[in-house]
Amino acid sequence: MIRFDHQVIGQWIKPRSRILDLGCGDGQLMKYLQQQYHVSGYGVEIEIERVTSAIGNGINVIQRDLESGLSGFAEQSFDTVILSQTLQAMRKTEFLLSDMLRVGREGIVTFPNFGYWKNRWQVINGMMPKSEDMPYEWHNTPNIHLCTLQDFEDLCRRLNIQVIERHVITNGKTVYLAPNLLGSLAMYRVTKFAS
Amino acid sequence: MSSLGNVQPQRISFAEPLGLSSGAVLPEYELVYETYGELNQDKSNAVLICHALSGNHHVAGVYQGDPKSAGWWDNMVGPGKPIDTNHFFVIGVNNLGGCHGSTGPSSINPNTKQPYGASFPFVTVEDWVVTQARLADHLGIQCFAAVMGGSLGGMQALQWSISFPERLKHALVIASAPKLSAQNIGFNEVARQAITTDPHFYGGDFYQHQVVPHRGLRLARMLGHITYLSDDAMMEKFGRDFITSTPKFSLDVEFEIESYLRYQGDKFADYFDANTYLIMTKALDYFDPAQKTNNRLDLALSKVRCRFLVLSFTSDWRFSPARSEEIVEALMKNQLPVSYAQIESSQGHDSFLMENKHYFSVVKAYMNNVLKDIV
Repeated sequence: MIRFDHQVIGQWIKPRSRILDLGCGDGQLMKYLQQQYHVSGYGVEIEIERVTSAIGNGINVIQRDLESGLSGFAEQSFDTVILSQTLQAMRKTEFLLSDMLRVGREGIVTFPNFGYWKNRWQVINGMMPKSEDMPYEWHNTPNIHLCTLQDFEDLCRRLNIQVIERHVITNGKTVYLAPNLLGSLAMYRVTKFAS
Repeated sequence: MSSLGNVQPQRISFAEPLGLSSGAVLPEYELVYETYGELNQDKSNAVLICHALSGNHHVAGVYQGDPKSAGWWDNMVGPGKPIDTNHFFVIGVNNLGGCHGSTGPSSINPNTKQPYGASFPFVTVEDWVVTQARLADHLGIQCFAAVMGGSLGGMQALQWSISFPERLKHALVIASAPKLSAQNIGFNEVARQAITTDPHFYGGDFYQHQVVPHRGLRLARMLGHITYLSDDAMMEKFGRDFITSTPKFSLDVEFEIESYLRYQGDKFADYFDANTYLIMTKALDYFDPAQKTNNRLDLALSKVRCRFLVLSFTSDWRFSPARSEEIVEALMKNQLPVSYAQIESSQGHDSFLMENKHYFSVVKAYMNNVLKDIV
């Protein structure tokens, strides 16, 4: 069973295109895109056990810390650079978003929506939120830069990034109504505004 | 403990002259090699293992009656090991110029009936790769499933992908570099000077004098050992421990590290040929595939067809991770398939020879993919 967010990403990329998947984990997404859409490219992952799993999944994976940016990746050398549920764990958010669109023509960014009503409800009740897309406790979460749809779109405007498409998901289903309130996972297809 | 059991070296003679990078020609030569596992019907499961500076063809297994004779990469190669001889036909070969059976400076020159000594030509990584390809021809192997090696061995794997892009499907380049740094060449030069200034060196023709430049070779190895380990690993292993309980205020061996280095140096000087050491270090120094492409490694790799696994070790300062990353970046510029991992290890350059959970898991996972490409 292919994850719904991975299927959405599959629909956003061109078959046989060049993909860079940042924070690729065990490589499931790249594996799916390779098998289904015959893409090529690399995953990037910092954690050695996930790097090993990704190699086991038959993808090309480069071990490196994304906080140090994407130096070594040539300008516009990928059709799409994917940052799947990794943005919220990065320190240098702006730097990484800009660097993504330096090496890729398009970017796909997905992240848990902090504005999801369940999260808001838990905060109102005096607790740090946990949800299907943010399963961690406050003391062990890798997520340091949580944001809402609105926050992310504000940042895009500021960084001169154009949102091509947006897709919002809750429990594997597309959310159409009041996405900043009812959406658990935000997915954006972005590119750089022509300057 | 070796799981491969008893192995035997084999020998092959080549009568076809070999033109070398230096311009010299070797009219004939021999190579010794070992093989482990079975070559499959279509001869597609062969893995060539290239050795580093002081290595040889005895990669794994033991010699009959000598349980201590395990090969230098016995932890990596064998049944059920990362390079699994249940699936792969593994070849280890002593490089030309070596001192473990292949033709080298200590071999008898058929023309003079004397050891080659100083007259043995310099050989390069490119030359070795040509001789290895000739060995593959002899064994009927048109295309290797993988060519791999650590350090100088990794350079050979990289050169294979350039010299014979159609003859390998995968290259595993471990703790290696696309060329040596000035500092690295400097270390090699000190080692060479230690040998060539030994009064027993006789300009390389010491064989006729029934001596060996033992002291020089020993010094060279001691220096090498320091650079292959990390500061941390040395401190951890030896610390500042005295052999005797108190300082003796003498130049005798006092610290553990002194004792270790002298022991390693002596052991090495007892079996390794001084001229081979000189030739191997020069081969390291000369290796620079990007030299012909205006120092652009990406251009040097533009005809490469195989997939790559590149590995480095965090504490390796002789072949640092940054040097491996140069190879990775040049491959990525060519949009070639490559995976890269920087393995956490405190053992310095020697890490590539040591058992390490993450290191071995990565190699095993990668070799599974190599296997899938065969069947």
